[in-house]
Amino acid sequence: MNLELFLLLGSSLLAIGLYGALSQQSVVMLMMGLELMFNGLVVAAAAFWYYVAPVAEGQVLIVVLMVVMAVEMAVGFAVVTAIFRARDVDMTDMAADLRE
Amino acid sequence: MLTAVLFWLFGVSAVVFGFLVFRLDSMARVTFALLASFVFVACEVLLLGLSYLGVVIVLMMVMEMVIMAVFMIMYMMNPAGLMPMAMYHNKPGAMSVSLGTFAVLATGTFLVDWPESRGSRPSDTTKSLGESLMGPQMLTMMVLGLVLFATIVATVVLATNRGRYDRFGDDLRARPDDPVPGGVRR
Repeated sequence: MNLELFLLLGSSLLAIGLYGALSQQSVVMLMMGLELMFNGLVVAAAAFWYYVAPVAEGQVLIVVLMVVMAVEMAVGFAVVTAIFRARDVDMTDMAADLRE
Repeated sequence: MLTAVLFWLFGVSAVVFGFLVFRLDSMARVTFALLASFVFVACEVLLLGLSYLGVVIVLMMVMEMVIMAVFMIMYMMNPAGLMPMAMYHNKPGAMSVSLGTFAVLATGTFLVDWPESRGSRPSDTTKSLGESLMGPQMLTMMVLGLVLFATIVATVVLATNRGRYDRFGDDLRARPDDPVPGGVRR
């Protein structure tokens, strides 16, 4: 058990989450991908706290990451609800106005 | 030895369940696969001695995934997984980007000369976190509180249906399409 192994685990979770965020058509599944990416960041932050800088600020970074995860999910679902009410859109391909 | 075994067990399980999120057909199973991945990551955090944060991650993610399951059933077809489900776009491109990202991160992980540990780990990590949040990191805590409050307001505004004060829509010159007209009909 060392820093590199933890970072490898974090990288794997981040890569899987990135695959989901890029490949999924459903907005809900896309948000699951983003959550997995943050999951990887939590592992990396905890490992850095343990192996590199075991100071309290490292733990605060994990708290910040958890708040970001909560905010991301809440705002994401609120946006999905708003866009579904307005335009019956629940797939990313149907909300590609900025792409055109 | 036991710690190493647990690390591999939790790590492999977190990755496998994370991958299953995008492979399973049922929305309920997908949500609980993501929850399992989070719980195994929390176990890794517990292995690193962060007992408070590990438990908080488990509690928070259980609640978050239960709420997410409701949204999954609201917005997704096939919640029970009775038929195969595939909602992908640009699957090969996404796979190559994610594999490339993993390769770059893994290479960097083993090539970078990480610094040695500075300082010693506190005996009580929870106390150390609490003292930091209530002391030098108070500003961070206050900003996080404000962010969460702003999120509550913003999400309620976004998610609620437009009320009677928004019945004109974008065109303020048109008459509102009220099902029951109000006022005194002047």
